[in-house]
Amino acid sequence: MMKSQRTVTFNHNPLLKRDLPMWRPRFVLFALLAGSVTLAGRAFYLQGVNHDFLQAKGESRYARILEVPATRGRITDRNGDILAVSAPVRSIWAIPSDAKLEPADARKLAALLEMNVRELNDKLGTARDFVYLKRQLSPEVAQRIVDLKLPGIHQQQEYRRYYPSGDVTAHMLGFTNVEDKGQEGIELTFEKQLAGRPGARRVIKDRRGQVVEDLEAIRAPRDGEDVTLSMDSKIQYVAWSALRDAMTTHKAKAGAAVVLDARTGEVLALANAPTYNPNNRADLTGEQLRNRVFTDTYEPGSIMKPFIVSMALDRGKVKPNTPIDTSGGRMTIGTATISDAHRHGVLTVTEVIQKSSNIGTAKIALQFSPEEMWKLFDQVGFGTPLNMGFPGEASGRLRPAKTWRPIEQATMSYGHGISVSLIQMVRGYLAFARDGEIVPLSLTKLEGPPAAGRRIYSPETAREMRAMLEMASAPGGTAPQAQVAGYRVAGKTGTAIKLEGGRYVKKYVASYVGFAPVSNPRLVVGVMIDEPSAGQYYGGTVAAPVFARIVEGSLRTMGVAPDAPRTTLQLARKPGDAAQQVRENM
Amino acid sequence: MIRLDAVLVALAVASGLGVVASQHQARKLFVQLEREQNRAHGLEVEWGQLQLEQSTWATHARVEKLAREKLGMRPPAPAQVITVEPQ
Repeated sequence: MMKSQRTVTFNHNPLLKRDLPMWRPRFVLFALLAGSVTLAGRAFYLQGVNHDFLQAKGESRYARILEVPATRGRITDRNGDILAVSAPVRSIWAIPSDAKLEPADARKLAALLEMNVRELNDKLGTARDFVYLKRQLSPEVAQRIVDLKLPGIHQQQEYRRYYPSGDVTAHMLGFTNVEDKGQEGIELTFEKQLAGRPGARRVIKDRRGQVVEDLEAIRAPRDGEDVTLSMDSKIQYVAWSALRDAMTTHKAKAGAAVVLDARTGEVLALANAPTYNPNNRADLTGEQLRNRVFTDTYEPGSIMKPFIVSMALDRGKVKPNTPIDTSGGRMTIGTATISDAHRHGVLTVTEVIQKSSNIGTAKIALQFSPEEMWKLFDQVGFGTPLNMGFPGEASGRLRPAKTWRPIEQATMSYGHGISVSLIQMVRGYLAFARDGEIVPLSLTKLEGPPAAGRRIYSPETAREMRAMLEMASAPGGTAPQAQVAGYRVAGKTGTAIKLEGGRYVKKYVASYVGFAPVSNPRLVVGVMIDEPSAGQYYGGTVAAPVFARIVEGSLRTMGVAPDAPRTTLQLARKPGDAAQQVRENM
Repeated sequence: MIRLDAVLVALAVASGLGVVASQHQARKLFVQLEREQNRAHGLEVEWGQLQLEQSTWATHARVEKLAREKLGMRPPAPAQVITVEPQ
């Protein structure tokens, strides 16, 4: 029995010996087969055909792309002093539908955000999905908000630009907007270089939102490059404070000053008034924002005279001691009459510059054809923008020579009927300071020698003109107040009548452009004061003292050796001597 | 046959444990890296803030005011300046 039992196999089990119709096992077999084919097909569909899509879907549940912030480059002056730097700040934002705050929490949050509870609740009550509660908070305050652990309140890191020197460098640097993009000045000009490029990386986050694994770096962040300006912050401060004081003394509407390095064409300082604080631009007006050095053009007046006189010297039409009859102060061309503010008889060419005679200059100018004069102005750079990339740069106005009438040619020689910007004018004076050559200007610090310049005059002519301009700034000239203790200075005054609505009105622009030290010029300085209204309005009394202060401070900063004997200095500084009586023409 | 199977199973289990261990190690190191990167970033930020603070203290207007008012300094008169010529 035991044996027989052991030999019975499953298939021969008598219990199973039943006759079944043949179709039943076949049906079951077929059903099982069909089921497994379906499963295999589905598996193939998911694993093979639809694999990538599903993989991506799955990954998106836990993988996140994070932005890696990059900082904006710093702006420094030529000595490496920081002028603009980006510091991280945080912006607080909320998802209003998630942010259900207890009244006590709302009060705490409002206090940290420095807003009142009503205002906060209004913001959280909006129907939008996303609302900024406050932008650009300091990291410390933001951390305290994190510590409150409020639902629906989030923050993101941003950068804010700080300008430690504030209003002193405002017009040169410009500013950035809330997204840290350049809007004005250097910030806009060098936007490409300064702007950083944020990177991105893909990470895996766990349920609590913490990064557990770095999958890949999609893009490495690239910080913005630093920009080193040609500006010297000490000279900038000297220029800015001298300009500010002159604005107050003369109750002027506006003013501008610019300092160039005569050897390299670098812009060492650029100041404007009225100015603004770039760190707090809450109530900014267009007047404050204007960079008058670059964007404003005006009829320059007498500071134009040296250009045409130099051309006459250069072409051998006159010599410094050639006598010019200034006809007792009046001269008629066609139907118009031009005049000098003071009658002079016969003047030498040197004296025409020294005493700033309109008639003398016009007589010299009329020896040239309009085309020759136009070519000179064009070469000096009037009528064409400097293309330094500075926003809003003005080209000035220089009409084609064919349309000039003789009277216009005469007035243009002393700076009326032509408009230029201060930077163009100051650049033109490089020709006198640099032995007849004008080099391109630079806003950034140059590492090598300046780019090739353009020769306007011969070195001899430039030297002769330097001597004349030095006399114009000495007692007996139009601007003895331009004198600086210890250094020889040279320059030219301008007092232009303003043109308003096509008519000349009784408003003035006082300017002075000059260079120092004369023996070996290092600086070219231009000063423009718009509508001085405290009695004085001559370039020699309003703008020249500003020039003197800037030159004195700058040369001391640069450590330039004095080139003037000390005895004459005491004379120049004494008010009320003969020099005061020499007033200038327009 | 069975012995080979046992060896293979043991190898598979060992390699499985190895994967788990190295994964864990990688995560731990990554967290550490993350922490150090945050610290580096924080230091960078602090440096920027210190630079900002330094240049705020060193503003020319402030230095001039202190020099004039607190220290009683002034620019030298021309007669007080002696120029040394380089030899």
